[in-house]
Amino acid sequence: MFYIYCPYCGEHREESEFRPKGQAHIMRPKDPESCSDEEWADYLFFRDNPKGVHHEMWVHATGCRKFFNMTRDTVSYEILEVYKMGEQPKITAASRVVGGEK
Amino acid sequence: MQRYSGFGLAKHALTHNENWQRMWRNPVPKKKYDVIIVGGGGHGLATAYYLAKECGVTNVAVIEKGWLGGGNTARNTTIVRSNYLWDEAAALYEHSMKLWEGLSQDLNYNVMFSQRGVLNLGHTLQDMRDIQRRVNANRLNGIDGEVLDAQQVKEICPVLDCSPNTRYPVLGASWQPRGGVARHDAVAWGYARGADAMGVDLIQQTEVIGMRIEDGQIVGVETTRGFIGAETVGCVAAGNSSVLAKMAGIKLPLESHPLQALVSEPIKPVLDTVVMSNHVHGYCSQSDKGDLVIGAGIDGYNGYGQRGSYPTIEHTLQAIVEMFPTFSRVRMNRQWGGIVDTCPDACPILSATSVKGLFFNCGWGTGGFKATPGSGNVFAWTLAKGVAHPIAAPFSIDRFVSGKLIDEHGAAGVAH
Repeated sequence: MFYIYCPYCGEHREESEFRPKGQAHIMRPKDPESCSDEEWADYLFFRDNPKGVHHEMWVHATGCRKFFNMTRDTVSYEILEVYKMGEQPKITAASRVVGGEK
Repeated sequence: MQRYSGFGLAKHALTHNENWQRMWRNPVPKKKYDVIIVGGGGHGLATAYYLAKECGVTNVAVIEKGWLGGGNTARNTTIVRSNYLWDEAAALYEHSMKLWEGLSQDLNYNVMFSQRGVLNLGHTLQDMRDIQRRVNANRLNGIDGEVLDAQQVKEICPVLDCSPNTRYPVLGASWQPRGGVARHDAVAWGYARGADAMGVDLIQQTEVIGMRIEDGQIVGVETTRGFIGAETVGCVAAGNSSVLAKMAGIKLPLESHPLQALVSEPIKPVLDTVVMSNHVHGYCSQSDKGDLVIGAGIDGYNGYGQRGSYPTIEHTLQAIVEMFPTFSRVRMNRQWGGIVDTCPDACPILSATSVKGLFFNCGWGTGGFKATPGSGNVFAWTLAKGVAHPIAAPFSIDRFVSGKLIDEHGAAGVAH
């Protein structure tokens, strides 16, 4: 059960107010007309699906209805950080290893 | 291998059951095998069994990080059916169903396959149209199926609330009489025992931590017990498939999600079939012990933790109580989670990869148990010949590039 901080509402709310929306930071191809089939497949279907640090989108579905990003551990389920759309994560798999946390 | 029989039971009773043979060996891994299967769940063990039995490849190792059948094989709700909409999926699941029907005899191990029938309920007019379409498609593919109205559903399952006074009234159902349930652990154990008897090494408590690839060809796997060589490696690791793929530098179109299930306290026989509802989103059967076996949808977030969130459990039980109001006072005994590898088109991946000799059997998502025999059978053929079995061919990973997806989302009455 998650207790999630919505960066737009500025409050912690229960998990049932939110919906997970999959891997974050997937850029829509800038020039879709020139994409190969492989590039389209990669954009649409192929995911990192890491065991450990994962950057993902959530939407505050029954709250402000805004999308935001979350860095979360997919094994411990610990929420490591929450940040707005357009921002970059401070915590990554690499930074966690260097920091000696995991 | 000591064969099991009624006579054997009597004989062992006379010796106080002290002389039963161990079901499989616990071998030290050899340096090299013809084929390595990564993952000792139902699908992996079935693959090893059919490799030895039907393809004549017995120099095989199954490498399992925990114990045999300890992952999703032990965590599912044991439902078996083959009423899938599309020809490709129907062929795969019906192939499996035919193997289920002779499996206990084939393995000389009682997998307690009980063809008690599966109901997929319809609660809306669109549900009923989809059910008619699917049953017609099933019949054209030689799969049994009937469309029932609410009255006929009530006759098959009196405990189900089929009155028009519910929030989502039951309008009818599809009915597959050959569907049912099987004893999940027995399936893993039966395949393990059969494979071991034909010389397959079942290597438990050994985790694959790396893949050794030379010139684009797999040459073996690094494990917690050292390097083990093989030029054919089949990964059958369900929720952990993406982790293995990453070791080989491959990306898969998978997301790993927790899928939870529950069993209630044992109660007297009340439900002698399997009831599934896509619309209110829950499914239920009663085990031979008497507990209600209950499942529903995945937790929406990615997770490898073999547990999910309470709101999902609550949602599951809301659906069950909607269908079976009398179950509202039954207490739940246990709840658990497994990690399912969901695919964008809700169909599995049985495929070669860009690494020569490395194959993946994954992406079964929430519905892999029913496919255990068929999956192992066609994957064994694929590993032995190096080319996809005709039934497995449409499930190549290339379909995500070509766009030839097999969209079984909901269409199959799948409760995802």
